[in-house]
Amino acid sequence: MTSTATDNPLARPGEDAEVIVRFDGATKTFVTGKGKGRREVTAVDDVTLNIRRGEIYGVIGYSGAGKSTLVRMINGLEPATSGEIEVDGRRVDGRTEEQLAPIRRDIGMIFQQFNLFTSRTVAGNVEYPLIRAGWSKDKRKARVAELLQFVGLSERAGNYPEQLSGGQKQRVGIARALAAQPKILLADESTSALDPETTQEVLNLLRRANREFGITVVLITHEMDVVRSIADRVAVMDSGRVVEEGATAQVFSAPTTSTARKFVATVSHDEPDAEELAYLSEKRQGRLVVIDIRQGVDVGPVLSAAAARGVSFRIVFGGVSVLQKQSFGSLTVDLSGEPHVVDDAIEALSQVTTVKEVSA
Amino acid sequence: MNWSVQGPQLLTAIGETLYMVALTMLIAGVIGLFFGVALYVTRTGNLYASRAVNTGINLVVNFVRPIPFIILLAALGPLTDAVVGTRLGQNAAIFAMSIAAVFAVARIVEQNLMSVDPGVVEAARSMGVSRPKIITTVILPEALGPLVLGYTFLVIGVTDMSAMAGAIGAGGLGDFALRLGYQRFNDEVTWAAVAVIIVLVQLVQFVGNSAARKIMRR
Repeated sequence: MTSTATDNPLARPGEDAEVIVRFDGATKTFVTGKGKGRREVTAVDDVTLNIRRGEIYGVIGYSGAGKSTLVRMINGLEPATSGEIEVDGRRVDGRTEEQLAPIRRDIGMIFQQFNLFTSRTVAGNVEYPLIRAGWSKDKRKARVAELLQFVGLSERAGNYPEQLSGGQKQRVGIARALAAQPKILLADESTSALDPETTQEVLNLLRRANREFGITVVLITHEMDVVRSIADRVAVMDSGRVVEEGATAQVFSAPTTSTARKFVATVSHDEPDAEELAYLSEKRQGRLVVIDIRQGVDVGPVLSAAAARGVSFRIVFGGVSVLQKQSFGSLTVDLSGEPHVVDDAIEALSQVTTVKEVSA
Repeated sequence: MNWSVQGPQLLTAIGETLYMVALTMLIAGVIGLFFGVALYVTRTGNLYASRAVNTGINLVVNFVRPIPFIILLAALGPLTDAVVGTRLGQNAAIFAMSIAAVFAVARIVEQNLMSVDPGVVEAARSMGVSRPKIITTVILPEALGPLVLGYTFLVIGVTDMSAMAGAIGAGGLGDFALRLGYQRFNDEVTWAAVAVIIVLVQLVQFVGNSAARKIMRR
């Protein structure tokens, strides 16, 4: 596994960065059916979180976890049932469609299915929000050219959406969302309909939009890989609640909830699952231990010392990743030799990192 | 068929039919578009969702639509008299045809607007576009191709209606075929009217199809 976060984490918005989106006890309840079939579904349940100006904020969760509703509460496409939502100093909750319009003009949005206007060309799609925002024709033309250049689709200006590939459509979606120079960009499963390679292209564009224009990006996804490659911080959602939140590297290296652990396991499968463990236990020659590898932990000398005392070790499972310049992962090692020497070796390892014995 | 006698009558009848159809399409096309859009935007979950308004318009549309036109033509008599000033003639026929066509147009418009991807409407909302502007600059352009086909289909329905206008003395090809052909046992005259109507309808359909194809780029 390799790191895709190429930037210095120190240059990212820190603890003291200004809050641009604030959720305070935000709840959204949908009512379906009527009469006896009437049911209330709480899609977003008492969410409190702060998104900092200039950061890329990931929201991850399984489908139905409420993340799509959560992101739509930022621009009022889904009005909150209760709680407060503030965007760039303006309250969004309790607003009418008309009152929301000026707030929405400062928030761009891209969608899983792109949602391009089929009746307009590529240039026409990008120009549309500028027409609505009252830009002059000359300014619009220059801005459209600049954005198509940014997303690498200058050649495609006169094409219609159906003539484009999925990745190109999403690039048009990004250009359109950025057109009126919003402060926030909402990306709703923006790469879920794309193949892995195209996904990276789109993520690179989002990263560039963030770095070059300082735009705050709120990205929702069910793919941990997407969060890992781009998000500064991440919120893990489950059943409408934010169950875990923090710097991406921190959530990756030390997930505290089972939902977060499952997501982390989808990309960094460094610990054997039950089935793999059963197989490894069957094949083991000595004792199986999972050794935690993290920033600042060096198990090499300990293992060398143990080897010098006749302990043989086989690495049977594991993986180490680097994220935002932080190493994390684990190695599962089969240690064999004189029982008391192996005991000593495990003791020595415990001095430098977390060691978990998994021999069945 | 004697062309020197019936030829000029046929031309007059064509003129009358075209006049009635064109004016009806214009009046009903505009008013029906309004009601069709209203039906669409007041649906649950749409821009101006309102169960009351939607149910109300639906009720009226469903009330008028099933009435056979020839009966509606007669039944509207007093109203036609009050609005147009007479129950007879072309303008009286156009009034009745417009009433009937408005509801057909409304239904066709509603159905075609339903083909618009709700995602593009959401995209426009996310840009802070006002709802009236979303209707005029997103929903209608996105549905333009199907709408053109829908209106083309309606021209044929209105032409059908116009054939009954002879019943209230409005002339037209229907009147020509029935009075000068059928009632005088002159089949050739009837067939001449049939031929003209076929050609007219083919022309309209051709123009409609070409325009829609051009709009939808396929």
